[in-house]
Amino acid sequence: MNENPADLAPEMCVLLAAVLGLVNGLFLPRTRQWRVAVICAAGLIAGLAAAGVAATRADLAVFDAFQVDAITHVTRITVMAATLAVLALAAGPVRGHPRESEHYVLILLSALGAIVLGASSDLLVLVAAYLLASIPAYALAGFGKDAHGTEAALKYYLMGALLGVFMLAGVTVLFGVGRGTSYAALRAGLADAPPAAVAAGVVALLAGLLFKAGAVPGHFWVPDVTEGAPPAVAAFVTTVPKIGAFAALYRFGAEALPPGAAGWPALVAVVAAATMTLGNLAAFGQDNVRRLLAYSTVSQAGYLLVPVAMAGRTGLAEPALLYYLAAYAVTNAGAFAVVLAAGRDDLAGYAGLMRRSPLHGLSLVICLLGFIDTPPTAVFVGKVLMFGAALDGRYLWLAAVAAVNTVASVFYYLRWLVPTFRRPDGASRPARGATAVAVAAALLSVALGIGAGVALTF
Amino acid sequence: MLTLVIFLPVLVAAVLPAVPRRAVPWTWTAVSLAEVALVAWMWAAHGTGGGLSYETDARWIPSVGAGYHVGVDGLSLPLLALTAVLFAACAVYSLRQTHRVRAFAMLFLFLETVCLGLFAALDLLLFFVFFDLSIVGMYFVILLWGHGDRSRSALKFFLYTFLGSLVLLLGFIGLYLGADPNTFDMVELTRNPPPQGGLAGLTLIAVAIGLGIKTPVVPFHTWLPPAHTDAPAAGSAILAGVMLKMGTYGLVRIAMPMLPDAWRRYALVFLVVGLVSVLYGALVALAQDNVKRLIAYTSVNHMGYIVLALGAAGYASGDADARRLAVTGAVTQMVSHGLVTGALFLLAGVLHDRAGGYDLGRFGGIARDAPVFAWLFAVAAFASLGLPGLSGFIAEFQIFAGTIGSGTTAAAVTGALAVVGILITAGLFLRVLHRAVLGPPGELTGRVTDLRRPELAALAPLLLLSLLIGVVPRGLLDTIEPVSAAVIGLVGR
Repeated sequence: MNENPADLAPEMCVLLAAVLGLVNGLFLPRTRQWRVAVICAAGLIAGLAAAGVAATRADLAVFDAFQVDAITHVTRITVMAATLAVLALAAGPVRGHPRESEHYVLILLSALGAIVLGASSDLLVLVAAYLLASIPAYALAGFGKDAHGTEAALKYYLMGALLGVFMLAGVTVLFGVGRGTSYAALRAGLADAPPAAVAAGVVALLAGLLFKAGAVPGHFWVPDVTEGAPPAVAAFVTTVPKIGAFAALYRFGAEALPPGAAGWPALVAVVAAATMTLGNLAAFGQDNVRRLLAYSTVSQAGYLLVPVAMAGRTGLAEPALLYYLAAYAVTNAGAFAVVLAAGRDDLAGYAGLMRRSPLHGLSLVICLLGFIDTPPTAVFVGKVLMFGAALDGRYLWLAAVAAVNTVASVFYYLRWLVPTFRRPDGASRPARGATAVAVAAALLSVALGIGAGVALTF
Repeated sequence: MLTLVIFLPVLVAAVLPAVPRRAVPWTWTAVSLAEVALVAWMWAAHGTGGGLSYETDARWIPSVGAGYHVGVDGLSLPLLALTAVLFAACAVYSLRQTHRVRAFAMLFLFLETVCLGLFAALDLLLFFVFFDLSIVGMYFVILLWGHGDRSRSALKFFLYTFLGSLVLLLGFIGLYLGADPNTFDMVELTRNPPPQGGLAGLTLIAVAIGLGIKTPVVPFHTWLPPAHTDAPAAGSAILAGVMLKMGTYGLVRIAMPMLPDAWRRYALVFLVVGLVSVLYGALVALAQDNVKRLIAYTSVNHMGYIVLALGAAGYASGDADARRLAVTGAVTQMVSHGLVTGALFLLAGVLHDRAGGYDLGRFGGIARDAPVFAWLFAVAAFASLGLPGLSGFIAEFQIFAGTIGSGTTAAAVTGALAVVGILITAGLFLRVLHRAVLGPPGELTGRVTDLRRPELAALAPLLLLSLLIGVVPRGLLDTIEPVSAAVIGLVGR
């Protein structure tokens, strides 16, 4: 048994940065609290470096409950990079806020929860990670203490608590019939357990994970939190916890379930189809770009569920999921950075963006075309792999549904894109920091698209 | 070398923001003329032999067997040349453009890279990347510089062709999964086609629908008329002249060699779809009063001939020489249609530029005040209806000789029926000449002044090339011949 804590170095860096940040925040005067952001960013960068080093080593399991393999590497790197982007986005708006340092610390703790969520191979650790990823996010959603934020936080919390209880019930049932909580034990134990009980346990467990992933039926919080919470928090909750949740879903399907148990592919495929369709249909009429992005993330969650459904059925499923996850995180962070930089939530506020600040507008175009899955962006490669996984797994109808949905989604992304080419009606300067994040995300998206070979062999 | 030819326009587009405003159109023109020269040089160096030249194969996404693989042969060279010539014509034509010149030039240079890349791609994923980017580029051309109900037309164009591209992608993934070992490499897939069977049939359906929407054939053509009508003249010329060829090029390059068995099995479907496109396109064009819509529908008709010929080539039982003739005719038709329709759309653009309308009924007797315009329009119309001595005749003659002569009943019957299409086209173009160019003056005729110098410089080479192909077709045909022989051989496997 391997119990070397050094294998958890990236997580340790994040945790240490969070603790240091919290302690420092207690003593720093309000005007100097930005130092906490620097500490947190340093912790994330150190964590990224450690994760990079870890990715070159062989796979291993730590404490019997924490896998260090390709899925974990991608989860770690994506979560930490996305969190870094969110810190950069949040730094401006919360500067000088009475609870500035708490804001950063909560973000870091939730990110830590997301990483553990993606890496755990034991149901109990999974539950602990779920709570760690969720509770700081509830607080973050209500950070502004305004009416919208409070409503959002309450809705988020109630949904999370309810579905978390379902998840716990699911864990209990699976533990009961599978005689264990580690994935390896479950894979052996569930093979000759009563199928109905296994199915019930899996469905209940899915409730919690789908809530974190923002997929149907746990998606009700997404639009309200995205619109009500501060924009940087919205960027965070629609990006980071999802990464962990999808990694966890995939790992559960591939490693804990015996092949074919609980009708996994069919069950998840139906959820995936419902999620993408619902997200797209709901996004059509939105005039608020944050709500539009919220529903777009719901539909993207649907595409991300496709490789999850194909877990274990085809070799393409894992690269598809991991690549799509990273691509999605980059693109979503970029889109939210554009919203933050513009400082406007209504579609009308984006008229003439292209002429007012071409760099800012171009980032928006690249991010949205990325969501539409135009080559050569990162999401395009992810989607090709996703289609490949669906066809190779003999889920032709799912691939067709995903294709039709992609076409449908073009409509609302274009609704946002087209006004940016109009004549500007007034001058407004985009926020410098957020624009930098947006441009970086757009560049990274194209780089990941063109350099997909390098990223995939890694 | 080939990579330079492909990416030179987009590189210039990247530095265009730094160029002074007045020099933008000239830079654009210079680059596109340089592209013509480069492609001509490549063609001269390739000669008329078979096989691939200028091949480059670099790693791109090795884990899924996709690479940056480009090269040219007798099939891609004519289309590359057509692309370069048409883009140069559009650059010259747009010298007088005043509305957001810089962005317009950047977008067209980007589109030129995309189109050249598509015709040179030897990797399915690379092909798809260019295929998809062409949709995005053309969408912005229609949206930002179009007229009429442009945002609606642009959206319809985008949604329709984008759906086609996704279906095509599913087909490509089907090819990828069917191959052993899995690969997106076209040369590999052509040499060693995926095992045939039920899956190959499904794959062919996906590929054919995807390419058919782009071509477009009936019943997938409904995006075309609004897109053409509302696009700017240069945009229509590129859309019809170059981008429609992407569909038929894909059929010859991908569908026929990689799915030979399925192609033979479904040859009748292609024959019938081609025939319906020919007749329907011609009949609907006959009923149009809007010049641009009329030209758009004749495109459906002309692209129908190509599909018809390729369908006839799918009957392995037919006479091999005749089938080869049909394929050669189809490729010639791609080039001919590009030149002629490009010229027709630019001419229609002149009408819109002067009079602000396309309505046939409001023009008449243009020939008196604008003799050069009238002459060129007449030449383009005759080229389009297949008058001997012009490129359309060479193409259509080979298509019909090949289709009817291939010896199978189905091909002979559909070919004979399709000849009616020529008659209708002749009728409708003569009607246009009667109503707009000759006859009593209409209410808008007074506004039509004759061609300006840049317009003439853009249009004359297109029609001269059409004439050149019509009179001395040997050079073009000799380049295409080895490829059509190879394609026939591959389909016959």
